[in-house]
Amino acid sequence: MMELVWSTATTFVGQSTSITTFDSYVVSVVVKIAFALGLFFVVPLIGGYLEHKVMGRMQARRGPVEAGPFGTLQLVADGIKFIQKEDVIPRSADKWVFAAAPGVALVPGMLIFLVLPFGPGVFALDLELGLFYALAISSVSVLGILMGGWASANKFSLIGGLRAGGQLIAYELPLILAAIAVAVQAGTLSLVGIVEAQATFMIPGTDVNLWYIVPQFLGFAIFFLAAMAELSRPPFDMPIADSELVFGYMTEYTGIKFAMFLLTEYGGMILMSALMVVLYLGGWQLLPGVPLPGCEGAGGLFDCDPFGTLLGVVVTMGKIMALVFIMVWARVSYPRLREDQLQRLAWLALVPLALLNLAVVGVAKVVF
Amino acid sequence: MSDLTTREQIHPGTAPGEDIHLEIVGDGDFATADMKLSIGPAHPATHGVFRIVLELDGERVTGARPVIGYMHRGFEKLAEHRDYRQIKALVNRHDWLSGFSNELGVALAVERMMEFEVPERAQWIRMLLAEWNRILNHLMFTGSFAIELGAITPMFYAFREREDIQHLLESATGGRLHFTYNQVGGLKLDLPKGFLKQSAQLSALVRSRLPDYKDLVLGNDIFQARTKGVGPLPPDVGLSYGVSGPTLQATGIPEDSRVTEPYLKYGDIDVHVPVGENGDSFDRFACLLGRVEASLDIIDQIHDHMPAGPVNSKLPKMVKAPEGATYVRTENPLGQLGYWLESDGGRTPWRLKMRTPSFSNVQAIPYLLDGVLVPDAIAVLGSVFFVVGDIDR
Repeated sequence: MMELVWSTATTFVGQSTSITTFDSYVVSVVVKIAFALGLFFVVPLIGGYLEHKVMGRMQARRGPVEAGPFGTLQLVADGIKFIQKEDVIPRSADKWVFAAAPGVALVPGMLIFLVLPFGPGVFALDLELGLFYALAISSVSVLGILMGGWASANKFSLIGGLRAGGQLIAYELPLILAAIAVAVQAGTLSLVGIVEAQATFMIPGTDVNLWYIVPQFLGFAIFFLAAMAELSRPPFDMPIADSELVFGYMTEYTGIKFAMFLLTEYGGMILMSALMVVLYLGGWQLLPGVPLPGCEGAGGLFDCDPFGTLLGVVVTMGKIMALVFIMVWARVSYPRLREDQLQRLAWLALVPLALLNLAVVGVAKVVF
Repeated sequence: MSDLTTREQIHPGTAPGEDIHLEIVGDGDFATADMKLSIGPAHPATHGVFRIVLELDGERVTGARPVIGYMHRGFEKLAEHRDYRQIKALVNRHDWLSGFSNELGVALAVERMMEFEVPERAQWIRMLLAEWNRILNHLMFTGSFAIELGAITPMFYAFREREDIQHLLESATGGRLHFTYNQVGGLKLDLPKGFLKQSAQLSALVRSRLPDYKDLVLGNDIFQARTKGVGPLPPDVGLSYGVSGPTLQATGIPEDSRVTEPYLKYGDIDVHVPVGENGDSFDRFACLLGRVEASLDIIDQIHDHMPAGPVNSKLPKMVKAPEGATYVRTENPLGQLGYWLESDGGRTPWRLKMRTPSFSNVQAIPYLLDGVLVPDAIAVLGSVFFVVGDIDR
């Protein structure tokens, strides 16, 4: 029996393409959509739970303990609570725009989960333009935030929405410039391709494998900061700034719409972390130069047996959660920057540094 | 001399905010106007029902009008119908974070009018509890100021310490917020057994945790960037508005009635008054933390001095202040608290006028907010320490 399960599992995962690809086109599409949606609704909850617990421990308290074992179901309980709440639309709000805004912010996050690789073959699509697609789609969310801020007919929301607009435009640029440098070094825009390129990247003249975080540490730092600003995570949370703007663009939202905005934030945290794992931290590779057990493909990262696949997923998740942990740590330690300080940081520090990083990587690519 | 905004310019006799006329610049689709933003009465940054109407050009504040009175509870009038024993339960409610210091002021005023000699031990215990009350208050503002700047963690740390201190005070007084422990002529009860030992242990504990606040808040790069140079208050302007406490000390004036006009036994011990240089938000907060440390020093000295003896004296059946008036000023946690007590010889005061520190501190807010950005406005509001009940009374 176990052998049968194993051999069936092997036929599914023992390929370098996606495990969600089947012979039938329709089945493939359905499975891919279910796969991306499932990830979108589950992984952010893990990240959220981590945030609750880590913040609690850092702040001399325990975090959630009642809902489910060790409080693991707290976010599920919150979700159920949000669904039950009254859905209030302010009388003077622009009703359709107001109602559509959370969706416009949320859907891009879902779409990016289509291309994020979480392990060997554990992805829905391996687009040739994966990185381009992810960055392009992620910048659509800001529209939802602007719509929400404008349509709420609330001055606090308006200020919050406009702050978000300015902030997201400012930080899109360093984010993309840092990502381009990775694409230049890897020679591909495919996210799976970038992982493979990292597994086979050697220090020139030796056979020591390195992840891109080492040659491009500057790029990684820029990407990390820009990602936190892009997600409006503290210390870059001026669009929300609860002590100034009540709750920024979310002030007038209640119930499920509010939950959608929150899910956008948590989903964003996961997808930015996942992008960083793919771009700089070697994807599902255990350690630089160490092939996953049970895998045979290039760099020991592809054509895995079920065990190797599972291990790859665990490794990726571990790296993602480590990055989420750092984001939470920053939130616990720092107050909020001011909007003009944030803009100054973006335009005077991050953008020039990102350009420098790109130039250095480009020259190095040609020389070596 | 700095450029003073007179009260007449701020309140030209109209309802709050009505005098703001927004000018429309340009025409057609490109016409723009300033925005009037009403922060409060219920807003996270005002911690209480305090309202401030801002006139905004983008994010820049071009005018600010504080609106007070949402929480007026008529304490001064109520006090005229309570006898002197009952008043202490009233006064420890106007500034709910400094209950002990408030009732102390009233007790001192009545005792002075009755020419009552309070037992030594009672005076030292009053000082001890007043200083613990001060720390309790300052820890609260440490947390709330940080939270207004977006740092959530210091609040939890501050409440961890506050809980211990409240526990200690509860063991003596039975109250956590409204102590009603003072009496005319002394204290309600003596301290419970082991109180001084616990107090000494707690003092050491709080002192050992102060570096946490300094590292996490004062030493934080972003905190410094957000507060240094924000809302500077020149000393002369501060004096002319009558601000006091850490807000005044931050401007470099070491005014503290524990030093300049000692009451109780403050003359017998060393009281360190921390002062700032620029009077900006950073200095105000640094003074606040400095006062916590100074209070711990005082507490340690009190432990060494504490005499034995009775804590209250025999009172007449009905406490009546003789005809006359007196003004008692004490250094409350937030600044100078004054009680003007006027008696016609009856069992209730004829008039009890309160000069509360918060009321005077908020007077400086329009001056401080002129021309700052909205996030800085919050940094200023949080650092001009006030309790709304203490403004409105």
